[in-house]
Amino acid sequence: MPDLETFQRDARAWLEANCPPEMRTPPRNEEDRCWGGKRWKFESAAQRTWLERMVAKGWTVPEWPTAYGGGGLSREEAKVLRAEMRSLGCRSPLDSFGIWMLGPALLKYGSEEQKRHYLPQITRGEIRWCQGYSEPNAGSDLASLQTKAEDKGDHFLINGQKIWTSYADKADWIFCLVRTDPAAKKHEGISFLLFDMTSQGVSTKPILLISGKSPFCETFFDNVKVPKNQLVGTLNKGWDIAKYLLTHERDMIGSMGDGGANRPLGQVAAQSLGTTAAGELADPMLRADIAHFEIDEAAFRMTMERAGDMMKAGQGNPAFSSVLKYYGTELNKRRHELLMSAGGTDALEWESDRSHNGARARNWLRTKANSIEGGTSEVQLNIVAKRILGLPDA
Amino acid sequence: MALLLTEEQTMLRDSVRGFLADHGPISQLRRLRDSRDPVGFSRDLWAQFADMGLTGLLVPEAFGGTGLGHVEAGLVMEEIGRNLTPSPFLATALLAASAIARAGSVDQKSTYLPTIASGKLIAAVAVDEGPKHRPHAIEMTAKRHGNGFVLDGAKAMVVDGHAADVMIVAARTSGTAGDKGGITLFLVNPKTAGTAIERTIMVDAHNSARVEFRGVAVDADAVLGDVDQGGDILAGVLNVGRAAVAAELVGVGEEAFSRSIAYLTERTQFGKTIGQFQALQHRAAHLYSELEITRSAVLKALQVLDDDFANATAFVAIAKARAGKSSTLAVQEAVQMHGGMGMTDAFDIGLFMKRARVAQELFGDFNFQAVALAQLKQY
Ligand SMILES: Cc1cc2nc3c(=O)[nH]c(=O)nc-3n(C[C@H](O)[C@H](O)[C@H](O)COP(=O)(O)OP(=O)(O)OC[C@H]3O[C@@H](n4cnc5c(N)ncnc54)[C@H](O)[C@@H]3O)c2cc1C
Repeated sequence: MPDLETFQRDARAWLEANCPPEMRTPPRNEEDRCWGGKRWKFESAAQRTWLERMVAKGWTVPEWPTAYGGGGLSREEAKVLRAEMRSLGCRSPLDSFGIWMLGPALLKYGSEEQKRHYLPQITRGEIRWCQGYSEPNAGSDLASLQTKAEDKGDHFLINGQKIWTSYADKADWIFCLVRTDPAAKKHEGISFLLFDMTSQGVSTKPILLISGKSPFCETFFDNVKVPKNQLVGTLNKGWDIAKYLLTHERDMIGSMGDGGANRPLGQVAAQSLGTTAAGELADPMLRADIAHFEIDEAAFRMTMERAGDMMKAGQGNPAFSSVLKYYGTELNKRRHELLMSAGGTDALEWESDRSHNGARARNWLRTKANSIEGGTSEVQLNIVAKRILGLPDA
Repeated sequence: MALLLTEEQTMLRDSVRGFLADHGPISQLRRLRDSRDPVGFSRDLWAQFADMGLTGLLVPEAFGGTGLGHVEAGLVMEEIGRNLTPSPFLATALLAASAIARAGSVDQKSTYLPTIASGKLIAAVAVDEGPKHRPHAIEMTAKRHGNGFVLDGAKAMVVDGHAADVMIVAARTSGTAGDKGGITLFLVNPKTAGTAIERTIMVDAHNSARVEFRGVAVDADAVLGDVDQGGDILAGVLNVGRAAVAAELVGVGEEAFSRSIAYLTERTQFGKTIGQFQALQHRAAHLYSELEITRSAVLKALQVLDDDFANATAFVAIAKARAGKSSTLAVQEAVQMHGGMGMTDAFDIGLFMKRARVAQELFGDFNFQAVALAQLKQY
């Protein structure tokens, strides 16, 4: 495919010319990543430049249509672009729930007006979104959610509480699951709403995580008014959208298992533990564990590639995203266990400059959530058992 | 290139799938095993392989083959795995054909390739000497003598060794055991004086042999490739073997798995089908994930062998390691999920476990591949 080769050459040349050197090192922590939004403070001029240049190309969302601010690339081109970014070590210019979750849902279920309004803001990183799904009594059993939205003629009136809302205190808007028909069966009375987090009656309260950070909140809605045109899709049919969005969330969380632009584990370990005269990692058992891990990681990366190719060829099963979510998150946890092991007691420092304030330990603790957020590993296995293997309900 | 089968490849897979289900089913393996068949595979079936162009799959068209690639070879191996079909396909059509097609002289190619393609010649490849796959540990020697060489040493785990018309034998022409260099490949007629072949009946009822060479004299033109340079040829051939066995393991694992899933939906206990128990559902779902991830790695390795043969080693190591691991899990879970039934000889599941165990060892087990990968990545 000569076109693809030209694209690859051009993309590489453009990335080399436009990706600032500071943006070619792996992010050390969540703060190193650019999340955008009205209140976003760029960590560096390079971070801003990198975002602006990628926005101009439409490459914050390479595969979205250009009409909505995307790059309009084919899947093959996007694959090439990702590979080039990986090989140059380019950071993602923009990470956001808008890109990973809401965008795909709007592309499928949004009205044309909603797409033209919300999608370009997402591609440019102007609005930061949070996800209002989980509630205190609706975790794995998400469809039992109780936050209610009453029809008040020209608006909905929202009352209730969400929990574990990541970055609710930093987000500008929320995509939120609400109960619009309390009498219907649990899956059939749910709707999908978008609203401004600065609306009267919205409040958030951060929750401290084991990593010592507070990236998520309790979120309260007390008589919040939401205009009717902020309903996505059909009233009471929000569960379909919720599930569709979850498959994208799962793909995204699962994709963390592919190692991305991370430094090879063998190198990281060799740096702290040294090597034998034969050039082998000084700890033979850790060496074996790392090799075993890398075999699985490489095979997982190939599976993400194959799953994408299958989807495109119309051979995919949507429930396969549960396989990727399950396996990718378990892998990412394994990677961080190995990083801790390779780091030994150095990796246990929590507050020193040397350790970038305990970056490795905090990241390790953060990964423990991977197999919980977006649906737990057990829930993914339930989905695989039922929707792919066809095993009967208990 | 997409990590999927092309339309032609899908058609080939479907036709081989139907063909082997009809003509090389597990009942055939049982018959060969129970009758202690002296050959250990069905010559009729091999003739049918030839009719379908499968015997010459890796043989270039100029030498009477079909000149297809490694992905196609893998498809056939996967179906062989699904049916546990004993056949010379691995040793003759893949290992030997690949070695001769890549390294042979024009004479050697014209002598051997057309007869491999026509299904008339059975070949074996003799590399390992001890209980584990250690291709550099070769001790067998080949000493120059007059115009040719004299071979001394012993080989183990020679697939189809007792049925072979020709053997490709790796021996040391210089250096000592452990050296990467100094290995030379020889094309040896197993009827040559000094050759002793002991067929070893293996746990999986597939063919294997121990072969002893005592002062076996061969001509200079028996050398395949260049003297002392056999290690490089062997590296390529072994990669083909590893990827092929990995593909076979995919078939073994997936068939054992799908039989297990069928059993989970049939068998009832406590008034429920056992597939309703979440403990089993989760194990099945985990196993499914493992198998799918292996499938990707194996297809990738086969594609890389077709596109970039010289740089396939890491991909092949990953594929063989994954296949060994996930298919082992599949057969172990299969026996467990079948309960007492899984322990009986009358039931097929145990045969899958046996074949997986052998395939795990062939051309390097999980640990061998992991070490290879660590070395390639320099840690
Ligand atoms: C870091 C982090 C960020 C998050 N961000 C967000 C966010 O932005 N927005 C949002 O809406 N939510 C968010 N969540 C919430 C997340 O989706 C839920 O935590 C998750 O769905 C699990 O729900 P739960 O915590 O109530 O656990 P529970 O559902 O109570 O589960 C407890 C345990 O029981 C198991 N279990 C439950 N049901 C079954 C079953 N049927 N079979 C077998 N085992 C079962 C679970 O697997 C788990 O091990 C986040 C969570 C974390 C940790």
